[in-house]
Amino acid sequence: MAELIQSEMRHTGFLGLLQRVGLSGRALVMAIPYGWLLLFFLIPFLIVLKIALAESQMAIPPFTPLLETVEELKYQITVTFYNFHYMVTDDLYIIAYLNSLKIAFVSTICCLVLGYPVAYAIAKADPKWRAPLLMLVILPFWTSFLIRVYAWIGILSNNGVLNNFLMWLGIIDQPLQILYTPMATYIGITYSYLPFMILPLYSTLERMDNTLLEAAADLGCPPWKAFLTITLPLSIPGMIAGSLLVFIPATGEFVIPELLGGPDTLMIGRTLWTEFFNNRDWPLASAVAVALLLFLVVPIMLFQNVQGKQGGHP
Amino acid sequence: MATAQPSRTQTKLEPWRDPNEKPYVRIEKVTKKFGDFTAVDDVSLSIYRGEFFSLLGGSGSGKTTLLRMLAGFERPTEGKIFIDGVDMSNVPPYERPVNMMFQSYALFPHMSVEKNIAFGLHQDKVPKAEIKERVAEVLNLVQLSQFGHRKPHQLSGGQRQRVALARALVKRPKLLLLDEPLGALDKKLREQTQFELVNIQEKVGITFVIVTHDQEEAMTMSSRIAVMNRGYIAQIGTPTEIYEYPNSRFTAEFIGSVNMLHGRIVESEPDHSLIRSDEADCDLYVSHPGHAAPGTECWVAVRPEKIAITKEPPAGDNGRNQAVGTVKEIAYLGDVSIYEIELTTGKRVRVTAPMVTRRTEMPITWEDRVYLSWRPFAGSVLTS
Repeated sequence: MAELIQSEMRHTGFLGLLQRVGLSGRALVMAIPYGWLLLFFLIPFLIVLKIALAESQMAIPPFTPLLETVEELKYQITVTFYNFHYMVTDDLYIIAYLNSLKIAFVSTICCLVLGYPVAYAIAKADPKWRAPLLMLVILPFWTSFLIRVYAWIGILSNNGVLNNFLMWLGIIDQPLQILYTPMATYIGITYSYLPFMILPLYSTLERMDNTLLEAAADLGCPPWKAFLTITLPLSIPGMIAGSLLVFIPATGEFVIPELLGGPDTLMIGRTLWTEFFNNRDWPLASAVAVALLLFLVVPIMLFQNVQGKQGGHP
Repeated sequence: MATAQPSRTQTKLEPWRDPNEKPYVRIEKVTKKFGDFTAVDDVSLSIYRGEFFSLLGGSGSGKTTLLRMLAGFERPTEGKIFIDGVDMSNVPPYERPVNMMFQSYALFPHMSVEKNIAFGLHQDKVPKAEIKERVAEVLNLVQLSQFGHRKPHQLSGGQRQRVALARALVKRPKLLLLDEPLGALDKKLREQTQFELVNIQEKVGITFVIVTHDQEEAMTMSSRIAVMNRGYIAQIGTPTEIYEYPNSRFTAEFIGSVNMLHGRIVESEPDHSLIRSDEADCDLYVSHPGHAAPGTECWVAVRPEKIAITKEPPAGDNGRNQAVGTVKEIAYLGDVSIYEIELTTGKRVRVTAPMVTRRTEMPITWEDRVYLSWRPFAGSVLTS
């Protein structure tokens, strides 16, 4: 009897085939994203890591192989940590890292300060206005990122829109040097990543239960105080999500400091580019990339682990 | 129909009968419109100190809107609300001497039970030591002393409900508003909590205004009930008045179950009314003062439990308040049985009879011819 039930439970066709090789439909569904990550994230990372452990040489490809055939059936693995060592001994990389973190941090704060009121206003707007307002936030993505960054050159340059406007107002009589300074990098990053801050913040604020604010008012709390004690703490998950979405890509940003920042705007993305294309030192560039990844991923994983332990509720 | 009431109603004063008593809450000709929709329509009522007042109605009856206007979350389109003699028109919610317990409880998810309860006291700048004392006291009152450090999501529905109550009570408001306070609880817990609520209300002596759609809940707990229908108040009265003397077909049908017998008034005297009923095919004698003129179309409302069911014709009274029919349905509920009788006119009448004998010995069964009768005081004459 039990056998009969079991045989009936067995699927036929494709799923049956999967079952026979020991795979359930559930495992298959889970395998797809894992396969994606394996193929497009882990394998490229391992290739970069491999290059980072090699030595630079004047050849094609411009690095020593990991595995060499010395003679038949005799192989040699050559691994060098020279690149990582060099990265630590030369100030340039550490300064570039710290500078990147600083620029990313300040830009994230700017995004948060500018994005919060926008997200709050959209979340509190009449429901029929929310979709069009969100559309406006996303609208810049319809134009190429590169073109939008170039447009800032037109705005910020000495003879640009901003300086001309300020001079017309009479606030200044000499154009301000904004372009090719760190200030231009901050403006560019804040502008480019602002939507990534607004969207998660909006979704947190929009989901918030309005009766909580009514309850606060009922207990004698005026609206401004209710914002500080109820709305703000409850939107922390949105702030964290938005900040990560801004901070992580901003740290490795290359295009914005390259186009808007001056030669003294040292960021790790630019350093990496220089090593790779100008110096053709692929192993060192790869080592920089690996270190950047570890610097960013490890703290974030630790953070998520702590958050996970605290439970799903904020 | 659970009409069992805590002993208090017998001993309590009935301030609404005292013309010298000043109402604590006065709602004067209040109307609230949302666009074209009139949620509350010209409502006037007075609530007295220490009352347990229920706003009872179905969904869309305007009861919650009225409560939210008392709390200050909605402003009346017309009319005024006075609390303790003060016009509340321009008083924001956070300055009203009122606290509300929300239907969803609205506990702050990021704060512990203690912090939730202390929230209101912090707003009033109560000294720290006193806050601690009062929070402990109210936690004790709702029997949650061990749960002070938990977050709301770590509590059961019943516990959350009690935290919400504690949070509203701790500020010692003069008036506590409760929006469907027991709606989210299961039946057993709800019945238990009803009595708890009444006990707490007596202990703290606060005026309670409660919104509910559950007539049983309203009957059990209230000193008075306002039955609401489509934004207006259909009837205000004590649970007994509302149940025994409904003033309209709506109230009679909304509270409990009732048989409506259609007819025309023949006699309308100060001590009785006589109605010729086409549906019951007999004369109905009602021993309450008649209000409407002879000839008026009316309905006589008779509660199922006030009708006696017999297999033999009942004695006397010239065939008044007597009808004949056939048993069509029987529902055995254990404590009572519900019979549906089809009268000779085709009208179906519902009768409940307590099961004083075991079911196996039940004398009345399907398709039996039975006689229905009731006493003159049982009916109410309704003209609207």
